Amino acid sequence: MKMNSELLNRNAAINNNVKLSTEGVNLYYGSFQALRNITLDIPECAITAIIGPSGCGKSSFLRIFNRMNDLITGARVEGEIELDGINIYDRSIDAVELRKKVGMVFQKPNPFPMSVFENVAFGPRRHERHGHNLGELEDIIERSLHQAALWDEVKDKLGQSALSLSGGQQQRLCIARVLAVEPEVILMDEPCSALDPVATLKIEELMRSLAENYTIVIVTHNMQQAARVSDMAAFLMMEEDRAGVLVEYGPTSELFTNPKDKRTEDYITGRFG
Amino acid sequence: MRAGAVSKRQLSQRTAFSLLIVATIIVVLPVLAIVIQIIVSGADAISWEFLTQAPSQAGKAGGILPAIVGTFYLMLGTIIVALPLGVLAGIYLTEYARDNWFTRAINLAIVNLAGVPSIVYGLFGLGVFVLLFHFGMSLLSASLTLACQALAMTVTTSREAILAVPKEYREGSLAVGATRWQTIRHLVLPQASPGIITGAVLAMSRAAGETAPILVVGAAFLLPGLPQSPFDQFMALPYHLYTVAAHVPGMPKSTMWGVALVLLVVVLSFNILATVIRLRTRQRRYSS
Repeated sequence: MKMNSELLNRNAAINNNVKLSTEGVNLYYGSFQALRNITLDIPECAITAIIGPSGCGKSSFLRIFNRMNDLITGARVEGEIELDGINIYDRSIDAVELRKKVGMVFQKPNPFPMSVFENVAFGPRRHERHGHNLGELEDIIERSLHQAALWDEVKDKLGQSALSLSGGQQQRLCIARVLAVEPEVILMDEPCSALDPVATLKIEELMRSLAENYTIVIVTHNMQQAARVSDMAAFLMMEEDRAGVLVEYGPTSELFTNPKDKRTEDYITGRFG
Repeated sequence: MRAGAVSKRQLSQRTAFSLLIVATIIVVLPVLAIVIQIIVSGADAISWEFLTQAPSQAGKAGGILPAIVGTFYLMLGTIIVALPLGVLAGIYLTEYARDNWFTRAINLAIVNLAGVPSIVYGLFGLGVFVLLFHFGMSLLSASLTLACQALAMTVTTSREAILAVPKEYREGSLAVGATRWQTIRHLVLPQASPGIITGAVLAMSRAAGETAPILVVGAAFLLPGLPQSPFDQFMALPYHLYTVAAHVPGMPKSTMWGVALVLLVVVLSFNILATVIRLRTRQRRYSS
C-alpha cells in the first residue's frame, strides 16, 4: 500500500521533543464534564490530528492549549497542561502572552472587516514591539503572506477588503494573521470544513510546509484529511455521560492501519460516527 | 374548476387587501396632516429675521434665534454626557459583566429608565443639579437632566450594537494575543460605531423635543441674548412654543406655527440623519 509506506516515512521524521503535553485533564462546563482524564504528548514540529465523532469534545480539547475556554463562564480545567514543560494554567502565566505563542485558526474563516494588510498587521500592531515602524510591519506582512502561500494572489490588493477574497484565500489570510505574531504552535479547529476540495488541498499543502517550523494541532472530522496530513493522531470518543475520553493515540500510520482498539477500528472503517 | 368559487376567493382576498391599505392610510394620515398643517401655516413666518434675531414684544415680534441656539446647546450638552457614559456602560454590560443578579438588576433599571415620565426627570434635575449641586437654573442643569433621560437610549443602543459584532471577530483577535480591551478598542467598537452613533443622534433629536424636564431646570420664557456660559439660563424651541401658544395673548398665529416648523425641521433632520447612517452601514455590510 503506497499510502502506508508514505505514512511510515513521515513517522520516522518526527523528532522526539515534546512541545505540548496533557496529564489527567478534565474539563467541566458548570456541572457537565466535557473531557475526562486525557493524557498525551504532542511532538514538536509535527502535525497532530484530533479525530472523533461530533460532540466528543475535540474542539474543547484544542481550546485548552490557548486557554480559549477561559472566556466561557463556568468552564473549569483540572490536570496538567504544559507548553515546553511549563504549566500554562499556572497563576503566573498570562493568557494573552500564551496566545501569542499558541495561535489559533477557526472553523469558519474569520477575516476582520478591514483590508488584507490590516488583517495581517492586526496582531503585530497590538504588540507594541512593531507598533511604530511601517517598514518593519511591511516586512512582517510580506513574510507572513508568503508563509501562508497567499502572497502571489494578494500582493496587488493589500489595500482591498479581506472580505472580497474567496473562502480558501480568507482561511489562508487567517493563517497569515496568526503567523504574523510568530507563534510556536498553531491550533486549527476544522480549518477546511467550510472550504471546497481545491481550497482544502491548498491548506493541507500549506500545513505540511508549516510543520517544518511549527507545531500544529488540527481538529478534523474528515478522516482522509487526518490520514493525509498528520504525523500523530488521537481518537476521542464520548462515553455514556457524554464526557470525551481519549481512546487511542499514536503515529497516524499505526492508528489508521493497525488500530489497537476495536472502537477506533469501527470509527475509521466507517461503522459509526 | 368552477369559476364562481375562484372569484369568491379573489373577492375575499381583495377585501382583505383593501382593509389593510385603508388601515395603513389611517395610520399615516395624521402624520401627514400635522406636517402639512405646520408647513402651510408656518411658512409665512419664516424669514431671515425670524431665524437670526432675538424676540421682542414678548415674542410677538423679532425672531427666535436664542431658542434655536439654546436647543442646539442642549442637544450638544446632552450628548457630551450621555454618549460616553452610555458607550462605557454598554461595553461593561456586554463584554465584562458576568450574568448574575447584579447585572440583571442593572439591565432592569435601564429598561425602566426609559419608562420614567419626563417631568419626573425634571424634578430630579431640580432637586439634584439645580439645588444640591448649586448649578442653578442653567444650561448645565438642563443638559445633565436631559442626559439622564437620554442614557436609557444610549446604553441600550450601544449594548445592542456591540452585541451585534460577531463572536468570530473577538475570537480571532484574542487568538493572535490581543487583550480583551484591545479587541474592544480596535475591532468591536469600530464595527459597532454606526449603531452607536445612530442611537446617539436619535437621543439628541429626542432631547431637542423635550419640554417638561427643562421647564423646571433652567428654560427661560424670554431672553434678549444667547447664553454666555453653561451656568446661564437659556431659551429652547419646545418651551418657547409652549409659552407663545399658551401664555401670550394676541400672539400672531403664523409665529406659533413658525416656531413649530423650525422645531419640526430640527427634530426630523436628526431622525433622517440617523436613518441615513443606518442605511449606509447596512449597504456597506452587504456589498462587501
